[in-house]
Amino acid sequence: MALKVASPKLSFLERIYVAEVFRGLGVTFRHLAKNVVNQSDMPTVQFPEQPKPLAVRHRSRHRLTVRENGQPKCVACMCCETACPARCIHIVAEESDEVWIEKRCKTFEIDLLRCVFCGYCVEACPEDAIRMDTDEVILVGERREDFIVGREFLMFGKGDDWKTGRPAEVAVPRPGDPEAPPATPDEDAGWRDGAPRERIKIPAGWRANSKEV
Amino acid sequence: MSPVVEMSIAAGRAALVWMIPLALLPLMIWAERKVSAYMHDRTGPNRAQILGIRAGGVVHTLADVLKLVMKEDITPTHVHRFYFLLAPFIAMMVSLMTFAVIPFADVLHLGDNAIRMQALHLNVGVLWIFSIASFGVFGIIFAGYGANNKYSILGGLRASAQMISYELSLSLSILGLIMMAGTLDLNEIVRMQGEFFQLGPIPIPKWGVLLQPLGAVIFMTAVIAETNRNPFDLPEAESEIVGYHVEYSSIKFALFFMAEYVNITVASALVATLFFGGWQVPFLDTETLIANAQQVVLGMLGGMALVSALLIIPTRKWNKTLARLYPNDLRKNEANFWAIVLLLHIVGALGGIGFFVANPITGTSAHVTAAVIQFLTFMGKLLFFGFAFVWVRWTLPRFRYDQLMGLGWKGMLPLALLNLFVTAALVLLVQ
Ligand code: SF4
Ligand code: SF4
Repeated sequence: MALKVASPKLSFLERIYVAEVFRGLGVTFRHLAKNVVNQSDMPTVQFPEQPKPLAVRHRSRHRLTVRENGQPKCVACMCCETACPARCIHIVAEESDEVWIEKRCKTFEIDLLRCVFCGYCVEACPEDAIRMDTDEVILVGERREDFIVGREFLMFGKGDDWKTGRPAEVAVPRPGDPEAPPATPDEDAGWRDGAPRERIKIPAGWRANSKEV
Repeated sequence: MSPVVEMSIAAGRAALVWMIPLALLPLMIWAERKVSAYMHDRTGPNRAQILGIRAGGVVHTLADVLKLVMKEDITPTHVHRFYFLLAPFIAMMVSLMTFAVIPFADVLHLGDNAIRMQALHLNVGVLWIFSIASFGVFGIIFAGYGANNKYSILGGLRASAQMISYELSLSLSILGLIMMAGTLDLNEIVRMQGEFFQLGPIPIPKWGVLLQPLGAVIFMTAVIAETNRNPFDLPEAESEIVGYHVEYSSIKFALFFMAEYVNITVASALVATLFFGGWQVPFLDTETLIANAQQVVLGMLGGMALVSALLIIPTRKWNKTLARLYPNDLRKNEANFWAIVLLLHIVGALGGIGFFVANPITGTSAHVTAAVIQFLTFMGKLLFFGFAFVWVRWTLPRFRYDQLMGLGWKGMLPLALLNLFVTAALVLLVQ
């Protein structure tokens, strides 16, 4: 069924356009003149130089909280990895040294380019081990690998450290580096830490339109 | 005049005609962005810089050109190659060629030689413009058809229907003016607009817009439709179909983009020439200008010094803002850079005043000075109408297709005819 749009009745002056056009031109010119004369009144914020206050409940880059003894609080329960809708968290668990704690994360990687900053990982964590309160909202890197951040950085890193100070155990041999492993057809094998690793596989047909990734 | 001199003068005029629209391109694109931004209460482009000099965003245009030139030039496999490759060149060529008959100053008399300040002197200049400009639609149709894409063909179809409809009103609207002037030569039309008619004691210049107000309004509307600008930008309609150049990339797209702005320049030049006195300085005809070249030049230089001096004041406040915003980068020096430029302007202007007081302008140099002043006046008018194009674009919403056709055929065409008949009757009566 066609949609009926009620158009307002126009007076003769409005129907011949000319007067109305000039009225409109007046409006835009007023704005132009005001902004040329008084540039500092413009609502635009020159962002990186003029920081904007972040909302109290904003979500910025993740961090892993740390115990007093310098160990990650994370117990490698994989809740966040499971909850993550973008599937950008990859955790490898290991046995913990501490008596009362069974496991901890050996590596904990977040691919910030895939992350949608939904905060589900924070919601899912039973240990308050992951938070999104670093106030870092500008994430800059030169290649995709730069955005895969590792455990040490998530625990102790700040700002730009992730570009230079990436922990050794998650160093990614970049394509073309001499020590890069030979490319394998299976992208999961030898994924980053050198060892073949399992990733969660969604059973086919589990969700409509889902594809294996 | 020896043939060599004649050739070089002709080449110079042709070069000028190509240079004006092309040199105005970056300015027009900059104005489009900055004016639209300010009208929306935004700051617009202000990031690209060369050694901290941002020039209010002009540098962005340069970056844009670099980007467009270096991008990959893709010719999709499904296109009609011939039309696809031809279209952007037609669009650009046509817009540039129209400019050839626009006079940018009165005939320059150097000794016995009369130099016409027009690349192409035709006594049917108006006809040339219409005949060449109607070729412009070929560029768009070829692009739309050749791209073999349903959105392109929609854009091409819309363009052809629109341009043909509005060409009628466009031509009819200036017939009245041509009747009053009694000539098709653009320079003569401009000369005619230098005359006055008396309204009581006040002399009023016979500008086309005063002789033919209705014709002027119709012409300006139709010319916006001819250049495919908002509110008549249905061929492009970037929010619906992107239009006839949807398949183009890189420099071929840039040619269409540039053709649009060259078209604006040409259209502004036409509006200025036909309805706003062209190169006529209001109340100063060529003879007066030549006689008073000295005073006019001194006045202009003095004005330049004064304006520069006044502009230096805000740069001091700007300097503080910059120091606060960008404490550790080159941009903080920009205000000082412009202050120095303005100072140099003042020095130059004062030096010029000294020079011209010592060597008064007479004879040949007075003629040249008059031509230069007329050229500057023409450029000023051209720039104003270029701005008006941008202004209209960012004020009015796009017409619906049936409204567009209704306005063209049911509104403007009868009005243009009415205007024509009334003018014809008046001209007969006066005779
Ligand atoms: S914020 Fe959302 S997308 Fe990002 S890591 Fe956490 S759960 Fe995954
Ligand atoms: S949910 Fe918390 S404890 Fe569990 S793996 Fe993620 S960060 Fe570690």
